[in-house]
Amino acid sequence: MKTSVNIRVNGTLRTHDVEPRVLLVHFLRDLCGLTGTHVGCETTLCGACTVLLNGQAVKACTILAVQADGGEVTTIEGLASNGRLHPVQEAFWECHGLQCGFCTPGMILASVELLQHNPQPSREEIAHAIDGNLCRCTGYSHIIDAVQCAAKKMAQPGEAK
Amino acid sequence: MIPAAFDYLRPQTLEEAVNLLVQHGETAKLLAGGHSLIPALKLRLAQPKTVIDIGRIADLSYIREEDGRIAVGAMTTHRAIEASALLEEKCPLLPEVARHVGDVQVRNRGTLGGSLVHADPAADWPAAILALNAEVVTVGPKGPRVIAAKIFFIDLFQTALRPDEILREIRVPVTAKSVAYVKTVQRASGFAIAGVAVVVKAAAKTVSVGITGVAAKAYRATAVETKLAGQPLSAENIAAAAARAANRIEPLGDIHASAEYRAHLARLNTRRALGVAASRA
Ligand SMILES: Cc1cc2nc3c(=O)[nH]c(=O)nc-3n(C[C@H](O)[C@H](O)[C@H](O)COP(=O)(O)OP(=O)(O)OC[C@H]3O[C@@H](n4cnc5c(N)ncnc54)[C@H](O)[C@@H]3O)c2cc1C
Ligand code: FES
Ligand code: FES
Repeated sequence: MKTSVNIRVNGTLRTHDVEPRVLLVHFLRDLCGLTGTHVGCETTLCGACTVLLNGQAVKACTILAVQADGGEVTTIEGLASNGRLHPVQEAFWECHGLQCGFCTPGMILASVELLQHNPQPSREEIAHAIDGNLCRCTGYSHIIDAVQCAAKKMAQPGEAK
Repeated sequence: MIPAAFDYLRPQTLEEAVNLLVQHGETAKLLAGGHSLIPALKLRLAQPKTVIDIGRIADLSYIREEDGRIAVGAMTTHRAIEASALLEEKCPLLPEVARHVGDVQVRNRGTLGGSLVHADPAADWPAAILALNAEVVTVGPKGPRVIAAKIFFIDLFQTALRPDEILREIRVPVTAKSVAYVKTVQRASGFAIAGVAVVVKAAAKTVSVGITGVAAKAYRATAVETKLAGQPLSAENIAAAAARAANRIEPLGDIHASAEYRAHLARLNTRRALGVAASRA
């Protein structure tokens, strides 16, 4: 039996009737048309599907849409504001934090969550925070550079958090 | 990977959840953080007719000091335990173990109660719960029940919880800082190949040791504990005791580690964990 699910996605309330077995990642991609959230492994291992649910990084392939009902989700599409990339997005671009880009939305959202509660993370702390995100291209080193670069950008007065 | 269809119920109180569980019986599954259940639903290893989501029940997620012990609500996430200043101060083994569970995203969703009830033989929490002599509090149609950790784990994925009961709370003692968790990790899954949790009680000159990942269920290494009782924790004494960490245990063997290697890791990690805990005394 379908139930009505209301989720505020990137600030816009989205309401869809879904079967309880529908996963959050499919709600976002198929019903909201937000395909920036990627599906890599479908087994909770790769982190490509990472989004923020009520401010916390979660793997959208392992959450039922009904569990997120009433909640707030931020996807990669929701980070830029007023036509300007989020500092973490800019930093990934500038520091070569991506190659093919498949892992990137998940990496960026995991990094955004880290920087929210630890604005000056060490390389070890960054590695711990992205432990649930796999990248087959970069070797991680440039991703860690990018997160540190983003931390510096975000420490500038007046910069978006 | 799409789960088979199921009905979804979202009780608002524990009482309501127990009633639903009684009403639907074995055809229903409780859903906590979902980080063991949803993977099983997607693989269709689990196909419940009804899923009862206990995630919205108020006051199942808390960490508080009560009567000299720390009470942790069953729905408390691994992440909340990792970040708890109260636990860091009063029961530092729990945050130390939490850091080893999966990754940030898993810790943000998965719960202590869910992990204990799931009773995966390679889960981290059982080692800590055993070493701490914790108690779990359940609630069912006949009311609450308190179960000691040492009789909670029965076998692979089996616990002393009855089918109509819900795990409500985990109670751990206040401890000194002389605790440690040493884990050999299965890199691909994050689970333990051998995880050893140790609590050293310096004043009483006793230690307690919980071991996970090695056998079909987590166990207390009583042979190690007896050997060290009343003894100074010198390197020699620790080594002699740790050599007994897999005594009378049938270790599991699989593609990640043979039974022999698991027994070796149990002994090695016990020696290391005892050393670390003793150094913190
Ligand atoms: C990628 C990945 C990596 C992981 N790595 C680790 C790791 O390194 N170490 C580790 O220990 N674990 C690991 N886990 C497992 C994780 O810790 C799970 O969160 C945990 O095992 C289950 O908790 P949950 O709240 O998600 O439970 P759920 O999946 O919601 O439920 C699990 C089972 O317990 C039952 N249940 C849940 N709560 C209750 C309750 N209060 N009363 C009665 N029954 C209940 C459910 O009905 C179900 O059968 C990992 C999981 C994933 C997906
Ligand atoms: S698709 Fe969700 S973790 Fe890989
Ligand atoms: S950039 Fe290709 S997977 Fe990370």
